[in-house]
Amino acid sequence: MSKLPAEFADLERFSDWCLPTEEERYSKRLASSMAEMQEFYDAGMARLEDIMVYVDARFPLKSMPEDAKALVHLGQSIVMVSFPIEVWKQPRVLDSGAAYIQIIREPVV
Amino acid sequence: MILMQERIRHVGATTTAANGSSTVLTTCLTCSPNNLNERGRQVAFFPKPAAGSWTENWPELGTAPVNYNDSIDPEHYKLEQQAIFKKTWLKIGRVEQLPKRGSYFTREMPSVGAGTSVIIVKDVKDGVETVRAFYNLCRHRGNKLVWNDYPGEEVSGSCRQFVCKYHAWRYGLDGDLTFVQQEGEFFDLNKSQYGLVPVNCEVWEGFIFINFDSDAAPLSEYLGDFATGLEGYPFHEMTEHYSYRSEINANWKLFIDAFTEFYHAPILHMKQAEKEEAEKLAKFGFEALAYDIKGDHSMVSSWGGMSPPKDLSMVKPIEQILHSGLFGPWDRPDIKGILPDELPPAINPGRHKTWGTDSFEFFPNFTLLFWAPGWYLTYNYWPTAVDKHIFEADLYFVPPKNLRERLSQELAAVTFKEYAFQDANTLEATQTQIGTGVVTDFPLCDQEILLRHLHMTAHQYVDRYKAAKADGNGSTNGKHAATTEKKDAAHV
Repeated sequence: MSKLPAEFADLERFSDWCLPTEEERYSKRLASSMAEMQEFYDAGMARLEDIMVYVDARFPLKSMPEDAKALVHLGQSIVMVSFPIEVWKQPRVLDSGAAYIQIIREPVV
Repeated sequence: MILMQERIRHVGATTTAANGSSTVLTTCLTCSPNNLNERGRQVAFFPKPAAGSWTENWPELGTAPVNYNDSIDPEHYKLEQQAIFKKTWLKIGRVEQLPKRGSYFTREMPSVGAGTSVIIVKDVKDGVETVRAFYNLCRHRGNKLVWNDYPGEEVSGSCRQFVCKYHAWRYGLDGDLTFVQQEGEFFDLNKSQYGLVPVNCEVWEGFIFINFDSDAAPLSEYLGDFATGLEGYPFHEMTEHYSYRSEINANWKLFIDAFTEFYHAPILHMKQAEKEEAEKLAKFGFEALAYDIKGDHSMVSSWGGMSPPKDLSMVKPIEQILHSGLFGPWDRPDIKGILPDELPPAINPGRHKTWGTDSFEFFPNFTLLFWAPGWYLTYNYWPTAVDKHIFEADLYFVPPKNLRERLSQELAAVTFKEYAFQDANTLEATQTQIGTGVVTDFPLCDQEILLRHLHMTAHQYVDRYKAAKADGNGSTNGKHAATTEKKDAAHV
């Protein structure tokens, strides 16, 4: 059973990144290897523009089918992995030690 | 916190200007990067006050190294709790958290005293909305009134009245005791004498403040001219809300220190910019457009050219796709009140074309930061010990109309957190070292002027409290630092 719309079948193998909350996306980032995130980043960045065009041509943000929502959550995960890939070259923020910042309120799609 | 490309544009522009481009020259009249003044100091990119520096413009600040004992001495912290956190207006939320009559939330206030908890509730009578605050304490035998599962955790919701879990005493939204279980068993109990204990509560521009000093001056007087100059900003339109919280192993003032100077930005956050840009930023450092101080409160105004950047190659691939970054979405939302000439007078006071962000520091612990592209964020710093505090950050955007806008905001929020991580962990490294007492006094540069002001102001509150105590009077009647004698910064 695929999570994503058929137009994004090529991203289906990354569907475990379809996570609705920042806390889940951040946890997955910390639990992932750089190789895993690089693969997801490369595939995802190539389709990020398409994701926005697809959703915005069809649905308002507050009312969309489950497969489109999953696509939005995947898009949010692409944003999440961009920092380890583009900036830190590691899953964690550099020199962040034991510091932990928790999100306690966010708009969830 | 950050450094922006605008400065680089200036540097590049002056070079171009030397080659005879008059268009660029007009935008760079303030730039003379290689000139030295009579003291051999590099002349500022942005003009400084006639006194020669921002710091010397407020002589009471002094220019000597600043003593940081106020951030490591547990006894001093106890005095700060009494003198500052029990006496000043504290921002604890926004009106959007209370959408209807009976909406409430609780706040734990360890900075004021162990266990202190308040209920904030909205009442509506005859069409008039009132926000009230009460100590979260049942008048019967002192049980905490509003909580779920864990007494120490904050909760929110809505109700018609508050009912104590213990013996079902009930209180109205105005705090009046309305019902006592088996009332006839009590002895001469006059219910009107047993309402919830109120805490001063006022609202400014949708921000809810409380004050534990019943003699406190009104909120608008306390916030002063900066607040007046910010009124009219469309806060009420920016309801897309992200909230973060972190326990920081450092004195509360150290995080304010970090956010009121951008001198650190090109160095600490260097890796967050593209390499070539980062090197330029580090080479030229940071200068603010302006600083201002009004009584207990202060502000810094900064340039910023990242929204959008002049050249896409200056920003990361994800920013190129989503048109966003630390400065927020590059495209302004379609609302009134955020264009450069619509902003209220306190924002970008010099009306600089290159303006990017203003950060207001309302004493003691409320930072209000505006970004040119039309969003804002707030910070609060709640001390729990001399070397610990809870940091809260809240980001507010205009609700996105589509996914493109939503992801643009997502990138700004994610970026904020990455920077905050770096700032937060550096604080612990600072706290442990100043805590050794090996070095007690630290030199602060002109771009760190607001740190001097913060530590001086906080110290003045403590000094006034101690003086009042010595006189046998614990109250300082809500007086502001500005109304008292000036203190030598070297002894702060």
